[in-house]
Amino acid sequence: MDELVPLLPRLGVATYETLYIVVLSLLFGGVGGLILGLGLYTTRAGSLYPNKPLFAVLNVIVNVFRPIPFIIFLAAAQPLARLVVGIGIGNTAIIFTLSLAAVFAISRIVEQNLMTVRPGVIEAARSVGASRLRIILTVVLPEALGPLILGYTFIVVALADMSAVAGLVGGGGLGTFAIQYGYRQFEPVVTWAAVLVIIIFVQGVQFLGNFLARKAFRR
Amino acid sequence: MPLVSLRDVRKSYPAASKNSEPVTAVAGVDLDIDAGDVFGIIGYSGAGKSTLVRLINALEPVTSGSVLIDGVDVSKLGEKELRKLRLGIGMIFQQFNLFDSKTVFNNVAYPLRVARTPKPELQRRVAELLKFVGLADKAGNYPEQLSGGQKQRVGIARALATSPRILLADEATSALDPETTHEVLSLLKRVNEEFGVTIIVITHEMDVIQTLANKVAVMDRGRVVEQGDVFEVFSRPREASSQRFVATVVRGVPSPAELSQLRERHPGRIVTLSFRDGSGSQGAVFLELAQAGIGFELVYGGINDIRGQAFGHLTLALTGADAAIDTVLARFAETIEVTESTSSDTKGADRG
Repeated sequence: MDELVPLLPRLGVATYETLYIVVLSLLFGGVGGLILGLGLYTTRAGSLYPNKPLFAVLNVIVNVFRPIPFIIFLAAAQPLARLVVGIGIGNTAIIFTLSLAAVFAISRIVEQNLMTVRPGVIEAARSVGASRLRIILTVVLPEALGPLILGYTFIVVALADMSAVAGLVGGGGLGTFAIQYGYRQFEPVVTWAAVLVIIIFVQGVQFLGNFLARKAFRR
Repeated sequence: MPLVSLRDVRKSYPAASKNSEPVTAVAGVDLDIDAGDVFGIIGYSGAGKSTLVRLINALEPVTSGSVLIDGVDVSKLGEKELRKLRLGIGMIFQQFNLFDSKTVFNNVAYPLRVARTPKPELQRRVAELLKFVGLADKAGNYPEQLSGGQKQRVGIARALATSPRILLADEATSALDPETTHEVLSLLKRVNEEFGVTIIVITHEMDVIQTLANKVAVMDRGRVVEQGDVFEVFSRPREASSQRFVATVVRGVPSPAELSQLRERHPGRIVTLSFRDGSGSQGAVFLELAQAGIGFELVYGGINDIRGQAFGHLTLALTGADAAIDTVLARFAETIEVTESTSSDTKGADRG
């Protein structure tokens, strides 16, 4: 335990960095994923804006990028990060790449959860003369809110998981801390401390997600 | 001019795969529905009636033909004009299709918000509608807290929110138990009588037509095979599919299976006499049979009432000389419908 005490300030910084990376990635990836997911959902045959070619293109893009293991994606997307955010290393680069990866993952989760909205409810909205944009905003999204919250909760946990490899491109956070001060220094207690913080974080996020979803489901 | 006119309306869906044929849901339908009618469209699942009703408010576009509402062809309207048209056509559904994420109040308010109704007017209208359907105390509840019948009443209130002239009811009572069905049907009857709303009812249940409709069209494989006044179609169905529907609610016409059982149990000839309002009297029939020395036994029958008009069917087993029976039956056939079932023909030979 003694070896952990001097490292506590660093653990605090690492925790802050992980939160910083996860929150910003969730923000960018969440919005991007919502838009791409809505694109997948609405262009599908029989949906609000059926468009076979566009759906096929979006579908292929998501299918190509989503299965790439993040640690490889991080390395492969480095030139793109340099191009877009001007730097290929550090927390800024990892937030960019993590957001991008999250867009593809979240889009599928959004699409799946929107698919659970009963077509009859959409038909009812159409039958009273609601426009398609109004239907998306006032029917589709509110009706799917409960499952969407659970889906985003799942993603936050996945982002915390993915952010742990930030060290590969010089980023910080709990993953980097655990490897650098725990694993490489042969101090398992330090690693375990990082693990404990992550467990507490994940529990807290899941608790909050469940709470909000329960409110949305009203049960 | 009829309120709703369908002229050679067709609807087909493209083939699901390269090897399959396109699916024709509606294969050339002509219908005229007058303002104030409760028009029933009955048919088995897959007869095309749910598709047909969606062509009226253009939730589905027609493949060919025209749907005229007040003389305006809806297939020629753009998306924006269609949305305006739909504000004047309410619709209720078998599965109610309420917005689960919205309260009863907000469900009913939804069409009013689409119509950009000012807030005070909106609140007054929703309160009025909830009172009409008897759910004034449920405004703040969510659909999941309601029973099936209550949900459909919310559906009706929502459909009526913008004071439409036409209400489309797509199997509106098919998910309800008989008692709740009765409740919802009497509510729809009030909608027709108190507000003068023209109602188009899609159903596979003949008793819905019997209680509610004044006109009926029978659909079979995408076509209307028979249409007319409900009493006419009920008391004298011409087409086989109409006859099968009528038999589900009209007591007194034995099914083919029942007929063959009756033949096994009873000697002699099995004859069904169909009475309609004012056509012949049952007493006279029995008297004549007795006078002709023909033995008779009442084996099946019933009298029905459709919107105040009565008709009935009596099935008799007749024993006696064939010639005497033929003479009497020929005389009956002058005023009432006589159907004799023979063992070779389970459907019965029409001698009237």
